[in-house]
Amino acid sequence: MREWRFWLAENRSTLVAFTIFIVMFWIYVANHPAGFTANVVQTAANKGVLLALVAMAQTMVVLTAGIDLSVGMIFVLCNCLASQLMAGDAWHTGVGLVLVLAAGAACGAVNGLLVIVGRLQPIVATIASGAIYFGLALWLRPDPGGADNFNSDFADLFTGKLFGKIPASLAALAAVALVVWVPFSRSAIGRTAYAVGSSELSAYMSGAPVRAAKLVVYTLAGLLAALGGVFLTFLTYSGEASAGNGGNYTLFSIAAVVLGGVSLFGGSGSAIGAIFGALMFRTIGDLLFVFNLDPLWQPLFQGLVLLAAVCVGSARVFQVRNRLELFP
Amino acid sequence: MSENAEKGFADAIKRRIDPPVAIAFACIIVMLLFGSLYSSSFLSPEYLLQQLKVASFLGVIATGTMIVILLGQIDLSIPWVVAVGGMMSTAATGWGPVGHVIAIPFGIACGVALGLVNGFGVAYLRIPSMIITLAVNAVAQGLMVVHTGGFSPQDSSSPAMRALATGELFFGLPNALIVWAVVGAGAIFLLNRTTFGRAVYGIGNRERAAYLSGIDTQRVVLIAFALAGGLSAFGGVLLAGYASKAAQAMGDPYLLPAIAGVVLGGASILGGRGSYFGTVAGVILITLLQSILSVVQMPEAGRQITYGIVIVAMLLLYGRESRTR
Repeated sequence: MREWRFWLAENRSTLVAFTIFIVMFWIYVANHPAGFTANVVQTAANKGVLLALVAMAQTMVVLTAGIDLSVGMIFVLCNCLASQLMAGDAWHTGVGLVLVLAAGAACGAVNGLLVIVGRLQPIVATIASGAIYFGLALWLRPDPGGADNFNSDFADLFTGKLFGKIPASLAALAAVALVVWVPFSRSAIGRTAYAVGSSELSAYMSGAPVRAAKLVVYTLAGLLAALGGVFLTFLTYSGEASAGNGGNYTLFSIAAVVLGGVSLFGGSGSAIGAIFGALMFRTIGDLLFVFNLDPLWQPLFQGLVLLAAVCVGSARVFQVRNRLELFP
Repeated sequence: MSENAEKGFADAIKRRIDPPVAIAFACIIVMLLFGSLYSSSFLSPEYLLQQLKVASFLGVIATGTMIVILLGQIDLSIPWVVAVGGMMSTAATGWGPVGHVIAIPFGIACGVALGLVNGFGVAYLRIPSMIITLAVNAVAQGLMVVHTGGFSPQDSSSPAMRALATGELFFGLPNALIVWAVVGAGAIFLLNRTTFGRAVYGIGNRERAAYLSGIDTQRVVLIAFALAGGLSAFGGVLLAGYASKAAQAMGDPYLLPAIAGVVLGGASILGGRGSYFGTVAGVILITLLQSILSVVQMPEAGRQITYGIVIVAMLLLYGRESRTR
């Protein structure tokens, strides 16, 4: 009984994000002209999974009280890379996939080294490294396009439907969460990442592997952003070095992380929450269309919802008895 | 007596100079020398004045960014607040003769309003600045999309805006540069000679200590964000004058350079440390870097990569934190 309570307390923010998403999505499909059909869910899932992967990447770093402003650029870089490497027969595509993921992880590791060995602030280090990654993306794909022999059959495997019902992208996302997030969060390194977010000094004093945890976190962030980039390639069959895309995905990933109940101060929240935060963020945008509002109003609506969501989280300010508690 | 005063002044300067600012200025000179190997026009007064003129737009924006960074916060709403400044001032221009007069103050006022929302969220609602400024950026974008799509406002700038951004008042000094000098002098006075400025540094070091020593820290934060919003919008007004029209994405290329310029100037992103001269050096450095990379006709990809590498290298030179021990 008590353990059950602890579990609830630990995962409260994730459960809240999950509930809000379900309610929003229910409103969405209930008002959708086509109703709750496999196609509607599949379209929504494909869009949501892209952001969910990038939001998971952001979560990794945010857990340690850092921030990665280059996730969007790694995402774009891996999109460009995948559009060139994942071509030809199954064997070549597989090798290409591994190479793309390795490149993403390497980008993340470089960020990690800049923060750990270079002792730079994550926010400025990743701003600068993001410029480098975007430059590389532009170098790979000066103009948007795809490989002539792009393996579209392989791509369709991940964007279609399983058994004609379940969106394959959701299954892939669940697999990524199971293979990457679950082992990570249960390992000593994962616990250290949480500890670093709560108090880096205490974690260090307790002899936790702080540097290793940080390196793993940044590398995994790169890997997850790369998965997002690969998935974008699956959807579009092509790559584009778009600065707007990179910037947007970085910003949206922060928004998704916040909506998903991950604390930007580090040490609390989970990537599962961030996934629902991302799906929620996408649903907010889609809600407008089902209510037949002018698409012109979509950005404003999305912004206002985001503003309202971040203000709701500040309710505790009004419960503070001692004003000193406001200034940590 | 005047000799003594001069000596005291020189000493004061010596004490004031901190290594990051010196390194940044040294890098500017090295870059100019390298550039002059490529083409002698890099050292011509015309080229330098032109660069300073281009730098002044970024300089005005970075002034606001710096005040926020000194607080230990960050303002990610720069892109669309810049756009709001430009677009609202050009929209005001379309209202006839009265609009021509109020165009510039109106643009700035809109930026101040958005800055106030930022500041209220950070200071009173205690929302991390990274999130609330992001949300305000999204709202500003939404407002501008509705504004342009729904009301098709005028997008060309008023003669006054054009004169402010492109004209020359005297001795061939660009007006934009004079504007930056005035804004910069104001910022130096504000940061070093007023209680508000000292409070900004105090809050950046430790807000709790500043609060306990009797500073109304929440009001200071609110005002600082409002100032930053106003300066970003003013930058947008100048940019609209320079390009003689306002566009939706006009602010996008200014977020990263503004932050990078402040940080390259030796200000700590954690707050409480940094001087305005550093920001001036950082802004000139970034403008010069961008200009040289485009003059040597490096493709955009190479420019981005070099740009990133230079920033990382300079940060590794002096932006490092102390080791955990």
